[in-house]
Amino acid sequence: MAIVAQSSKLSNVLWPVLAWIVGLLFFFPIFWMVLTSFKTDADAVKSEYLLWFTPTLENYLNMTENYDYWRFARNSVITSVFATIFTLVVSIPAAYAMAFNPTKRTKDVLMWMLSTKMLPAAAVLYPMTFLTKSLGLFDTHFMIILVLSLINLPIVIWMLFTYFKEIPKDIIEAGKMDGVDTLGEIKEILIPLAWGGIASTALLCFIFCWNEAYWTVRLTTTDAATLSKLIEGNRAPEGLFFGRLSAVSTAAVGPIVVLGWFCQKQLVQGLTFGAVK
Amino acid sequence: MGRIQLENVTKSFGDVEVIPPLNLTIEDGEFAVFVGPSGCGKSTLLRLIAGLEETTSGKVIIDDENMTEVPPSKRGLAMVFQSYALYPHMTVRKNIAFPMRMAGVDEDEQEKRIAAAANALNLTDYLDRKPGQLSGGQRQRVAIGRAIVRDPSAFLFDEPLSNLDAALRVGMRLEISEMHNRMQTTMIYVTHDQVEAMTMADKIVVLQAGVIEQVGSPLELYHKPRNKFVAGFIGSPKMNFISGDEAAKQGAHTIGLRPEHTEVSTTEGLWKGVVGVAEHLGSDTFIHVHDTGLAETFTVRITGDIAVRHGDTVYLTPQAEQIHKFDTDGLRIV
Repeated sequence: MAIVAQSSKLSNVLWPVLAWIVGLLFFFPIFWMVLTSFKTDADAVKSEYLLWFTPTLENYLNMTENYDYWRFARNSVITSVFATIFTLVVSIPAAYAMAFNPTKRTKDVLMWMLSTKMLPAAAVLYPMTFLTKSLGLFDTHFMIILVLSLINLPIVIWMLFTYFKEIPKDIIEAGKMDGVDTLGEIKEILIPLAWGGIASTALLCFIFCWNEAYWTVRLTTTDAATLSKLIEGNRAPEGLFFGRLSAVSTAAVGPIVVLGWFCQKQLVQGLTFGAVK
Repeated sequence: MGRIQLENVTKSFGDVEVIPPLNLTIEDGEFAVFVGPSGCGKSTLLRLIAGLEETTSGKVIIDDENMTEVPPSKRGLAMVFQSYALYPHMTVRKNIAFPMRMAGVDEDEQEKRIAAAANALNLTDYLDRKPGQLSGGQRQRVAIGRAIVRDPSAFLFDEPLSNLDAALRVGMRLEISEMHNRMQTTMIYVTHDQVEAMTMADKIVVLQAGVIEQVGSPLELYHKPRNKFVAGFIGSPKMNFISGDEAAKQGAHTIGLRPEHTEVSTTEGLWKGVVGVAEHLGSDTFIHVHDTGLAETFTVRITGDIAVRHGDTVYLTPQAEQIHKFDTDGLRIV
């Protein structure tokens, strides 16, 4: 008994300490980035101003005045929101069909979907660019929304499929007996029941869209350019301006961090959905 | 109306045929019970009628209309599931209202029917609770309420009482029987419990491996089982089967004798044996007799009490007119 009590006391101390160390380790780069964003480009590279420096808003003012931050931010919001909506509209029925009316090939279809994620993006860079340009869709919101949706579909369908599998089949069948058609089953029964799972999947999808850089950088110039493009654009040829770059990066990740913060409860609820029946 | 006919219905899952060609008619207003051991296809058969499973071939006819290709939502049937299958995100009121809302019943009428159903099922005080806050029995009442308000042409019950404790099961059994007497609507009830089948049914359908072994009224099945399987399945405790010389004397391969159709004496009788276990219930006594030379254990049921204990010698005498005879194929010899 004494040993058990002692070891549990030890783990009571050990685990939080370990968690804090890991947490700080993950947080440090972000902290560093935010700190640097308040330094001038000159101060940013000087070791004597590592922690003690005179903070300045110069980088932020510069960003909004000269780099049209709000346009990039607006594009990020538009493409991420619509891509998430479009992805959900396609994935909910797809995951529903596979979860409640599986066939012998359902597992294969799921694997095939996931396998598309194994394709390196660079492998289709040329055909994608060519296609986009020849269809006249280069640098359009439509194209970015489409690309972001297609990239995230497999993972979103997988996640929703896992959540939907947790819903007892009887409840869906009860719906059928109660006179509901397929659309009604999804709207009246499935979505309200899997709300936590759908919300956390949507949030994750939104975060992926927001952070996507490979295609948003390559398929846009100005009109549909997102915050990723803005960051990329600040890699100036004459050298790295760390202060400016940090400010842009901070402003790019800021909204998503705030969103994640507010949706924490929803995220956790969604991720533990299977445990609550 | 609620007359249900199955014509040459079959069902296969992949290469496995779970229901070979099957024909069955359930008349309007009848209480039919599908009974059989687990895996006999009784639930599958019910789901075929409901439309939740597609038939591999054959026809499902409801009120003279071919419904084989019609989706479950359009068949006009209501189903009560073993797991209750209530909508956990809705209150009891909304659960019961759901099928009416889907059918576009106007709200005043909905309220009226909810009130009537809740009253009949003692749910009035629970209408604003969620299913998670109810006991098993109450949840099953809600499920029944949800079925009633639709005014279906037939009710389908898929082992509705299996998840309830014994006392509640007896109570609910009575309630469902009373409901049937009152409404006179066709009901099809699936169970593996032969007591439920015997007590509730107008017509029992005994199934084994997807094949109908016998269809008949409870007493028909009890008195004239068509084969050994039905004889052994219907009745509690189970019928005793005796093969060999004793059967040959009766001109049969096997003879069957129900526990209640055997006299017990401590002094004289046809067969001699030793009491293994004697279960004294007060109203009845079940005696499990060993070393009779007839079967490993021979079970006897007598009304009232008899003073026998483990190790006592007893004598058994069958009631000659109650002996069931079966041939080598297990079929009844008339």
